[in-house]
Amino acid sequence: MASRIVEFTLNGRLTEVMVKPLTTVQTVLREQLGYTATKSGCKQGGCGSCTVLVDGQPMMSCLLPAEDIAGQDVVTLEGLTPRDGLHPLQQAFVDNYAAQCGYCTSGMILVGKALLDSNPEPLRDDIIDALAGNYCRCTAYEPIIEAIQDAAGRMAASNGKEAHR
Amino acid sequence: MAKKRGTGMAAVNYPTGMNLGGDPSQALIHATTTGNFVISLSSTDLGQGLKTVIAQIGAETLGVPFDTVLVDTADTDTGPHCMGTFASRATHRVGNAVMQAAEEAKKVMMEVAADELEASADDLETDGQGMIRVKGSPDRAVSVIDVALAAHFKYARTISGRGMFMKPKSPVDPDTGKMDPDSTEAHACTVAEVEVDTETGVVTVLSLRSAYEVGRQVNPGLVKGQIVGGAFMGMAHALYETTAPYYPATDYAPTGFSDYVLPGPAELPVIESVVLEYPSANGPYGVKGVGEMTANSPIPAIVNAIYNAVGVRINDLPVTPEKVLRALEAKG
Amino acid sequence: MTAQELNVVGQSVPRRDGLGHVTGKTVYIDDISFPDTLYLKMVRSPIHHGIIRGIDFSEAEKVPGFVRALTWKDVPKNIYTILCLIGVGPDDEPVLAQDKVLWQGEQIAAILAESEAAATEAADKVRLDLEELPAVFDVEEALKPGAPILKPWGTNYFVYDYEHGQSNAFRKVRYGDVQRGFDQADYIVEERYTTSPIEHAPTETTGCIVRPEPNGRYTVYTNTQALFFSLDNSALILQAPFQNLHFVGGTVGGGFGGKVDVIVEPIAILAAMKTGRPVKYRYTRQEEMRISSTRAAWRLYYKDGVMKDGRIIARQVISYHDAGAYNRHSPYAVTKHAANLSGPYNIPNVHIDAHCVYTNRQPSSAMRGFGVTPASFAVEVQMDRIAELVGMDPWEIRFLNAYRNGDMRPHQKEVEDATLIEVMQAAAEMTGHDLPANLKAMSSWDKEAQHG
Repeated sequence: MASRIVEFTLNGRLTEVMVKPLTTVQTVLREQLGYTATKSGCKQGGCGSCTVLVDGQPMMSCLLPAEDIAGQDVVTLEGLTPRDGLHPLQQAFVDNYAAQCGYCTSGMILVGKALLDSNPEPLRDDIIDALAGNYCRCTAYEPIIEAIQDAAGRMAASNGKEAHR
Repeated sequence: MAKKRGTGMAAVNYPTGMNLGGDPSQALIHATTTGNFVISLSSTDLGQGLKTVIAQIGAETLGVPFDTVLVDTADTDTGPHCMGTFASRATHRVGNAVMQAAEEAKKVMMEVAADELEASADDLETDGQGMIRVKGSPDRAVSVIDVALAAHFKYARTISGRGMFMKPKSPVDPDTGKMDPDSTEAHACTVAEVEVDTETGVVTVLSLRSAYEVGRQVNPGLVKGQIVGGAFMGMAHALYETTAPYYPATDYAPTGFSDYVLPGPAELPVIESVVLEYPSANGPYGVKGVGEMTANSPIPAIVNAIYNAVGVRINDLPVTPEKVLRALEAKG
Repeated sequence: MTAQELNVVGQSVPRRDGLGHVTGKTVYIDDISFPDTLYLKMVRSPIHHGIIRGIDFSEAEKVPGFVRALTWKDVPKNIYTILCLIGVGPDDEPVLAQDKVLWQGEQIAAILAESEAAATEAADKVRLDLEELPAVFDVEEALKPGAPILKPWGTNYFVYDYEHGQSNAFRKVRYGDVQRGFDQADYIVEERYTTSPIEHAPTETTGCIVRPEPNGRYTVYTNTQALFFSLDNSALILQAPFQNLHFVGGTVGGGFGGKVDVIVEPIAILAAMKTGRPVKYRYTRQEEMRISSTRAAWRLYYKDGVMKDGRIIARQVISYHDAGAYNRHSPYAVTKHAANLSGPYNIPNVHIDAHCVYTNRQPSSAMRGFGVTPASFAVEVQMDRIAELVGMDPWEIRFLNAYRNGDMRPHQKEVEDATLIEVMQAAAEMTGHDLPANLKAMSSWDKEAQHG
């Protein structure tokens, strides 16, 4: 089968790649485009370190064929990072020591982002459910759960401020 | 058939460092002309936070701001020898080497400051904020930046230091096993609460509450990370993990996270801890190694709690539901 | 110096690498890439024990992208042992298997290809002619007469104390008179404890990427936990001048002891030397599970002599560490283990035989708590068993037997920095377990109120 061009939006920018059939989004991002925040922990869909957001939904890019994202909106951790400073989730991960070795962090933050977008005031169990596909060997998940809770509070507070303006 | 709860405890020691063949690490420090300090190492950070605690120890000993101390690791061309990050050794060994290097560098810094202030070096103190002052005369002060500039451009001196820590080799006596295998001992006591489902054999850990004695915490936030992460790894070892569930049988071999059994966030128990500090005699600022010990006390505490809950003592790790059910059946 | 006098030691400053981690800017070895990189995949033994009769690369060579294969003949000093750097020997592990294989998964030949997929496909197409031999998988079976012998020196155990002119089948600790202790004891408590192999399972798998430099040096980007351990062993294996190797690392996506072995670097450097191109060798997740060293399986036999009042007066432990096929760090683990089998308790008569045993299994090596984790498990379950036998509270029996500063441990090191009593008091307080007044009053610095 021949290679084909796939067009999608990556972190807000229209992007074109030429891919062979069954090339994964992970390979496109890391090897073709150099977006290495998306990690490669197992290539089996088992660890979630390669999580990206596709139209706002967390997906494991190691199992996702590039053809499937044609016309869709893909966000990686690079795209979440504001030009200045940090996203509230990123800041909460720093403040709560939610990253140790850091290898799972990209996936964890993006899962947190998808959760908070759909559920701005998640219960602890909601966060635990959201993290079910993401593996961390260092932290016991507890500081990650706390960081997502913390970020939810920060984002609610700043939204509240904006609403009062 | 019921869910039964039980409590168990365990207390452990854990040695800091290894010395099968001597256990050295080195550090070098130099000041830039603009008053920053670079600590050069070949030590690795596994996520426990070595790059951070080493900068803290360096800044503390130099008496300069934390942000002005840079850690350059790990590169074998520029960093002096380190045995490596294992055996709960890095903060203790590398920290000691960094302290020694920092003391040597600080001595030069204070001598140059003394020349600048026309005072005796013995009468000077650092404030940790970037100034060096004459004790008792707060207006007689010079900045670390000016001292570093003066050292280079005026006095032709390098503000630098060499650090070395080595636990000497202790040969093991072949007849008695007499040896000196470590530098200090950290301690932990964990109380585990479990719930055992006597129908399925599934053990749920409800809580792990522990006291740890770690000498001195260089960074309590990072120590807590080791404690919580280690406790959960201990729980995973106690109840879930193995590559050979029917050792010595070899017919099972995991391929990945789908068939290597690990607990996830849904299995996370309440993990609480208190940390005691009794500084060690030979660690930097009294440090003891903490990274490994944290996984150890939860394992027997959980096993003892299972006995307390349902009256079966499982001697084989991991304590899988199958083992619990077989033990319950044998007990009758 | 008291905590109050310290500026930054004792402060929870944010981790230095935290911003890199949360923005994805931290560079791990897998994030480093160079043009013209070759990918290395291993041809591995499908059997547990056997003789290599032949290796046929003809089909592999036809795979588009295949560049070359490496066998043991290409490795200057093929047989090594990691701890040779601190005087442990003899060398026992081949970089690439020579005449035989000792475990399922053992590396036999390295395939270099233009892509990971091509390297994988070519490795799969290498045909091995192997003669299977009987294998042994259990630590005690391996020590029985008639077991297949794995080591050229004729035993299935590491020989201790050769540097003293002795050849001991186990690490010995002898303290007091254990038989007299058993004779005096009111009870004898005998129990068997076992643990199974465990994988470190770091989120980032083990690997490295090697780049030849124009000046004849090789830069090795690696996630090893110990840069110089890896550099020095690599130079010895490759018989290369030490100054030709430059290791860069320090950022590790999880270690837990699993990245202390020196497995991926020497062969990747050799591949770069032979081809003049950058070479990447990183374990797949399946290799991390099945190939990288595990935490060892252990078997421990405890025999304790106990008085009616709960004092443990004698302990004999015979323990077996399953090293798998090769040394790696196992001989050291068993020594560390032997120093911790009495736990944090003061036991006057101790007899320990700790064996480092080879089997036809995936090698085991260092992991968090190396050698101590199984000891702590056995000691602490045994404590509860003894407490029940003598009718004593589990807390009380530990206080009664707890070592104090100034006590002598079985390996004849005086106890210093002991705080076992203090952590037990703190744990009791935090869990609302009300200790009797005499236990609350105990101290690790008070030897008078000691041991009943």
